[in-house]
Amino acid sequence: MTEPSAESPADKLARATPPRVARRIRGLSDRAIAWIFVAPSIFLLLAVNIFPLIWTINLSFTNFRANRNREVEYIGLRNYERILTDSDIWLTMQATAHFLFWTIFFQVLIGFTLAWLINRKFRGNDLWTTIIVLPMMLSPAVVGNFWTFLYQPQIGLFNYVVSFFTGVDPSSFSMIGQVNLAPWSIVIVDTWMWTPFIMLICLAGLRSIPDYIYEAAEVDRASKWRQFWTITIPMALPFLMLAVLFRGIENFKMFDLVVQLTGGGPGSVTELTSINLKREAFEKWRTGYASAYAVILFVTVFGLASIYVKALNKVKER
Amino acid sequence: MSDYSITAASPAQKWLAGTLVVLYAVITIMPLLWIIATGFKTPADAISYPPKIVFDPTLEGYVNLFTTRTRVTPETLEALGEPTTWYDRIVRQYDMVIAGPSRFGERFLNSVIIGFGSTFLSVFLGTLAAYAFSRFKVPLKDDLLFFILSTRMMPPIAVAIPIFLMFRQLGLSDTHAGMILLYTAVNLSLSVWLLKGFIDEIPREYEEAALIDGYTRFQAFTKVVLPQAATGIASTAIFCLIFAWNEYAFAVLLTSGTAQTAPPFIPTIIGVGGQDWPAVAAGATIFLVPVMVFTILLRKHLLRGITFGAVRK
Repeated sequence: MTEPSAESPADKLARATPPRVARRIRGLSDRAIAWIFVAPSIFLLLAVNIFPLIWTINLSFTNFRANRNREVEYIGLRNYERILTDSDIWLTMQATAHFLFWTIFFQVLIGFTLAWLINRKFRGNDLWTTIIVLPMMLSPAVVGNFWTFLYQPQIGLFNYVVSFFTGVDPSSFSMIGQVNLAPWSIVIVDTWMWTPFIMLICLAGLRSIPDYIYEAAEVDRASKWRQFWTITIPMALPFLMLAVLFRGIENFKMFDLVVQLTGGGPGSVTELTSINLKREAFEKWRTGYASAYAVILFVTVFGLASIYVKALNKVKER
Repeated sequence: MSDYSITAASPAQKWLAGTLVVLYAVITIMPLLWIIATGFKTPADAISYPPKIVFDPTLEGYVNLFTTRTRVTPETLEALGEPTTWYDRIVRQYDMVIAGPSRFGERFLNSVIIGFGSTFLSVFLGTLAAYAFSRFKVPLKDDLLFFILSTRMMPPIAVAIPIFLMFRQLGLSDTHAGMILLYTAVNLSLSVWLLKGFIDEIPREYEEAALIDGYTRFQAFTKVVLPQAATGIASTAIFCLIFAWNEYAFAVLLTSGTAQTAPPFIPTIIGVGGQDWPAVAAGATIFLVPVMVFTILLRKHLLRGITFGAVRK
């Protein structure tokens, strides 16, 4: 770093004036820079996120239909009333809950186990970790579409592998065509895709546990089993909970993968809320009704996430 | 391991752990390898039973992906004479001739334009905002940061309703500019949060030294902080690019022709009697392989990227 060689008039003036004014002469003040730097981002988010959100809330009280030029009427809370008493919507909520519960269950189980195994630090674990991670970075729509091919009766690879190991005829079942199997077909693909996410976060959690804690436990002759339940699990728990939060929010919004895999069918057994919402908004064009639906979903995800974050912070404090 | 440790896994444990992990990795990579393999099969091989692991590779899928073809009568085919190119020869086997290019090229180009455009903008805006949040006392800082993150929690379909109406009013429906703007806004949360983490890690002392040396705050930012944050900026950019590249919900609802990206297009590739799987697989391969390469390059920063910087190694 070099000293400024010649004193400019501005610098002379700066030395003679109180520091705050001096800074303004030398360039923009920190506060001005802070505002100039933050403002464009905030402005863009206001325009593309908040303004539409307010618009949605406004539309949710109307009977507006985006494909018609009809007089828009305010109908108060009638949209909300209709949604909350509609049994079909409760069915899609159930489908979503089934999807959420089982994807998170399997992903936590497999993801944590994998992380725990990788943390044995066997040779080449970095390479295999990278390979395992690949599916989660890929486009869910493109991959989901290809899975419909793997799931085809008779010719599909999935059915072939299942029949190879169980002896069931590969043309006797259709993962995405049968009412009883379709909900599991989306659970399988989502688990395949997102287990590495939980795995990576758990791995970071396991690696954050210092060795000396285990060494102390060894000295105290605590069994491996006891070490696992009293050291490993509690110390990795905040990480695991964070991973579940991310997956929970993401899978609540789930659209692309499932719409390509089953399109909500057969019937509507895999019609998750996002798919149902798309149908109302962009196929039936009940814009006002769909807006109310969107507001309900947003309040639900936001409410559940806030409660969860409170619990997460409590676990962290321990 | 040379030094003895009572906590390290024994060789037998390592061997067992390694075997199980490798087994999982092999199973999990199968569908991806199957996509790549199917791209090089003939339609007949692709749907054969039992599924073919060994087959004669052909570029038929790739030819079908990039071209449109029409069936012609044997007489016309004869009149055309010998095929002049290798791709002509492949198509002629099925009594067809190439009618022109397919739309895949355009769609792929759209993905590139929208992906890079939105990545540039969101990283540019994100770097500025992240620097301000990292270094200055911004009023309501925590609230603003949480607000930025919360924009990511809304289901895309819920946001799409008003965006659809807004774009229609502004004439942005099905335009590159509209999609770039939208993806920039969606990626901004990721970009601000990740970059704030990276900039937080650069010691303030560097800038303070520069300020004492007579740099203005802006010069200190461009000449000291930016070079230090280069790795962080690069990995943030890749994460933004991958998101924009993979995005489907907005793309399928807000674009139909001019600005449609590849993800909504690839599943619509059809051949005779349903989806043309080798062509779909060829398109998927071309589309997915760049992301696989980026993932391998990014592996050190992966965890940070997928958790918005919440977990750092």
